[in-house]
Amino acid sequence: MTSKTLPILIVVGVLGLTAGAAVGQDAEARLVIRDHRFEPAEITVPAGKKVKLVIDNQDATAEEFESYELNREKVVPPKAQITIFVGPLQPGRYPFFGDFHKDTAQGVLIAK
Amino acid sequence: MVAGIAVLVFREVLEAALVVSVVFAATRGLPGRTRWVSAGVTAGVLGAVAVALSAGFIAEAAEGMGQELFNASVLFAAVVMIGWHAIWMATHGREIAMQMHALGAEVSVGRRPLAALLIVVALAVLREGSEVVLFLFAQAAGGSGWVDIAGGIALGVAGGVATGFALYFGLLRIPIRYFFTATNWLLLLLAAGMASQAARFLVQADLLPSLGPRLWDSSTLLSDHSLLGQTLHALVGYDARPAGVQVVFYVVTGALIAIGMRVWGRPRKKVTDAA
Repeated sequence: MTSKTLPILIVVGVLGLTAGAAVGQDAEARLVIRDHRFEPAEITVPAGKKVKLVIDNQDATAEEFESYELNREKVVPPKAQITIFVGPLQPGRYPFFGDFHKDTAQGVLIAK
Repeated sequence: MVAGIAVLVFREVLEAALVVSVVFAATRGLPGRTRWVSAGVTAGVLGAVAVALSAGFIAEAAEGMGQELFNASVLFAAVVMIGWHAIWMATHGREIAMQMHALGAEVSVGRRPLAALLIVVALAVLREGSEVVLFLFAQAAGGSGWVDIAGGIALGVAGGVATGFALYFGLLRIPIRYFFTATNWLLLLLAAGMASQAARFLVQADLLPSLGPRLWDSSTLLSDHSLLGQTLHALVGYDARPAGVQVVFYVVTGALIAIGMRVWGRPRKKVTDAA
């Protein structure tokens, strides 16, 4: 039993440490919604890393952050801040938009 | 502006309407189902307004991950209810089909699964409806006229409901012998798709490892946001860019329900036959 449990414990321990390290390495990016537009409309994040995307809606109306390329969708209530995790991403362009104000709320996330 | 409002309302109503249609087809022959399904839709609409009004509170709950937890919980609850119904139907479906064949009318079996499906209908309407309500609040605040808003709602709802009816009447063309086998498979795929969506929300909240953030990309073949892509998304959980863990949830949920239908579906049939 012991001979089997020990390697498992080591694997679990290493996985735990790796996970902990990975959390520490998350990149962070911030977007602001103002007058139904994203600021900045173009945002660059590191490729190959999990990214914590914080979106701050300063408008008095709700928005829905949506991106087909990132496969993400989340309501951003008025005067509120939300967090979305994306990636790790391949280098490339990932357009996103505000589903409630599509004509103005357009942006793109660039992974480099 | 009417067109923009109508399109968004249509997209949300469509997804809920497709779920309701499958449920309505799957309960064919059960007494009182219209009442139960209507009650589910009504509860869903009321719930949608309540959820929209508390969107700020939900968003800030659980350290900003309240929305994902809420959506994932709603989806998992629906998965359990659908799974339960599919397994129940595996036992009683043949019985109902036989009675319908003989009587050509509603049959007398338990109404237990209707409560489960009321919840499924209510949750589907609540999830999609709350987005519609938030969107309409935003439109109203943004200065859209009431005529535009009312017209957009009317057109969007009418379009979505019409598509739901089209699916329902299409399903009714399946011969009664195969009917419940077909609706059972549809329920299984519906539940598997919802489990995959729930997994996506948990990855988005960083509560679940993605196991590969993009296992494949079939968006050039069939995009998620085309009408067909969205229909398949609602019905069988099609996702053009799924995370690995979504596929795991999809397959495991489908397999568990299939096993449930086999294990609990068979012996009771024998008991019924013997009795």
